[in-house]
Amino acid sequence: MKYVIRRVLICIPVLFGLTLIVFSMLHLIPGDPAQVILAQSGARPEAVARLREQLGLDLPLHEQYLRYLNDLLHGDLGRSLFTHRPVTEIIAQSAPSTLELAFAAMALAIILGLTLGILAAVYQDSWIDNAAMSLAVIGVSMPSFWLALLLIFAFSLGLEWLPSGGQGTPKHLILPTLVLGFNSAAVISRLVRSSMLEVLRQEYVTTARAKGLKEQAVFIRHALRNALVPVVTVAGLQFGFLLGGTVVTETVFARQGLGRVAVDAIIYKDLSVVQGIVLLIAVIYMVVNLLVDICYSLLDPRIRYQ
Amino acid sequence: MSAHSHLKTPATANVRRIESPTRLALRRLQRKKAAMLSLSVLSILIAVSILAPFLAPYDPLEMGTGGSFSAPDPAHPFGTDLFGRDILSRTIFGAQISLAVGFSAVLFASVLGVTLGLIAGYAGGWLDMIIMRAMDMLLAFPGIFLALGIVALLGPDLRNAVLAVGISHIPTYTRTVRGCVLSAKENLYVDAARVTGCGTLRIVTLHILPNVFAPVIILATLGVAWAILNISALSFLGLGVQPPTPEWGLMLSEGRGYLRQAWWATTFPGLAIMITVMAVNRFGDGLRDAFDPRLKV
Repeated sequence: MKYVIRRVLICIPVLFGLTLIVFSMLHLIPGDPAQVILAQSGARPEAVARLREQLGLDLPLHEQYLRYLNDLLHGDLGRSLFTHRPVTEIIAQSAPSTLELAFAAMALAIILGLTLGILAAVYQDSWIDNAAMSLAVIGVSMPSFWLALLLIFAFSLGLEWLPSGGQGTPKHLILPTLVLGFNSAAVISRLVRSSMLEVLRQEYVTTARAKGLKEQAVFIRHALRNALVPVVTVAGLQFGFLLGGTVVTETVFARQGLGRVAVDAIIYKDLSVVQGIVLLIAVIYMVVNLLVDICYSLLDPRIRYQ
Repeated sequence: MSAHSHLKTPATANVRRIESPTRLALRRLQRKKAAMLSLSVLSILIAVSILAPFLAPYDPLEMGTGGSFSAPDPAHPFGTDLFGRDILSRTIFGAQISLAVGFSAVLFASVLGVTLGLIAGYAGGWLDMIIMRAMDMLLAFPGIFLALGIVALLGPDLRNAVLAVGISHIPTYTRTVRGCVLSAKENLYVDAARVTGCGTLRIVTLHILPNVFAPVIILATLGVAWAILNISALSFLGLGVQPPTPEWGLMLSEGRGYLRQAWWATTFPGLAIMITVMAVNRFGDGLRDAFDPRLKV
C-alpha cells in the first residue's frame, strides 16, 4: 500500500511537467504563434491581435501558464481555432473510438503474443518455434500502414468480407485491430519465449519436474507465472505504443478517433486541439504505467521497491 | 629483483594474450548467421543508395516515363505510378532518403542523448535531477505523439520529421548512458586518473566514454530501424517528407488510393521498408546478443 501511495505521489510532478511541456508547445513555435497559425489565411493585423488575445499571448508567461492550469483544473482545454468547438467536446467525441481500438488491439496482442511465445518456448528449436519467431520478426519489421493496405486489398477489395474503413459495427473493428495488434503481439511473443526459456532453466522448475509434476502443470503453474512478470511491463509500454499507432491506423481506416483528429489538427495548425490530445494521451499513458507497476508488485511479491 | 625474475618464468611467458571484450563480442557476432546475412543485406542497401544515380534506370522525378499506372514489364520492372514515374527508380532513390533520414535522426538523438547522459551521470546532484526529470517528461509521451507535437510546432517537412523523431528518441540514450556512467565512475582506474591530476573532460572522454560505446552502438542500430519506420509513418500521414520526393512512406501514401488498379504502387515501397527494417533489426539483435548475451530475446 505504501508503495502504491508513493508511486501515485511521484505522478504529480510528472503531471505538472506534462502540462508545462504541452503549454510550452505554443511558445516554441518559431516567430509569433498567432502570426504563424494564421499564415495560411493571409492574416490581417486585427485577426492576429484577436487570436493573440484568444490564446492569452498578450499576458506575461507565468500568468498564461497559471491561467492554463486553472482552465485545465476546470476541465477546459480551450477551443478549436477553426471550428470554435470546445476541445473537450472534440475529445469526448473521438476518444471512445480510439480507446475501443487500443483495447481491442491490446487484447489481441496479449492473446496472440502469449500463444506464440509459449508455443515457441515449449517446442524450442522445432519448426513451430521457427515459424512463430519468423512471424514475430515480420511483425516488428512490417510498417503498420503497409499491413493495413495489404489487408484492405485482400479482405475488403478482393474477398469483400470486411469493410475497408469507417466505424460502428464489430466488423469495422477487425482489420484495424489486426493491424494495430500485430506489431505488439510480435514484441510480446519474443519476450514471452525468452522469458519462458530463462525460467525453465531455473532450479525450482527442475524440482517441480523431479517431484513428478506433469509437464503441463510445470509450464502453467511454475514457468508461466514467473515468465509473465517482465511481460506485464512490456505490455504496459506496448499500450503507449498502441495509442501512438492509432494515429496511422485511424487515418488508413478512416476512423474518427483521437489520432486522426490530431493529424487533421496538425495539418490545419489547430494547436489547441493538438495540445489537448497530446496531453490526454500522455495522461492515459501515465495512468497505464502506474497500473502496470502496481500489477508488477502483485505478480511477484519478491519485488521490493526502493 | 626476485619478483622481476619471477615474471620471466616460462609458465607466465606462455599465457595467452587476453582478448578484449569488444574483440570477443565481434567474434561472437561473426558466428551469428542471421546477423551476418542482415549485415550483407544492409551493405547492399547502402551500396544501392550510394550508387542510386547510376543504378536507377530513370530520373525518379521524371513524369511520363511510361503510361499512368503501367503494370510491371521489362521496361519498368516495378511498374509506374499515377504520373508515369518509374517505381523502380523511385524505390532505389528512396533507399537513399530512408537510410539518410534514419541515420540522421539516430545521430542527432545519440549525440544529444549521450552528452546529456554523460553530464547527468558524472556530475550528479541537481544537474542530474533536472536532466533526468526532463527525460521522464519526454518519455511520458508515447512514441509518435511526441513527434506529432513537434511536427505541429515546426511544420511538416523532411528536416522537421528527422528532428521530431530524433528528439523523441533522446531519453533512451540518456537513461542508458547515465546508468553506464554511474557504474563506470566507481571503477578504480577512474579514481587513479583523478589522483594523477586528470581533468574532468579527460576522465569523461578517455576513461568513461569507452564504457558506453557498446550499449550506444546497439541502441543506435535498433534506433535506425525505429527511425525509418517512424519517419515513413510521418510521411505516409503527410507530415514528413513532401511530394514529389521519392520517399517510401510517401510513395505508399500516394498509391493507397489506387490499390485495386495498381497493387505495385504500394507493394514495392512497402517491401523495401520491411526488408530494410528487418535487416537493421536482425543485425541489431545480433549485436546485442554478441555484446551482452544476458539481454538475448
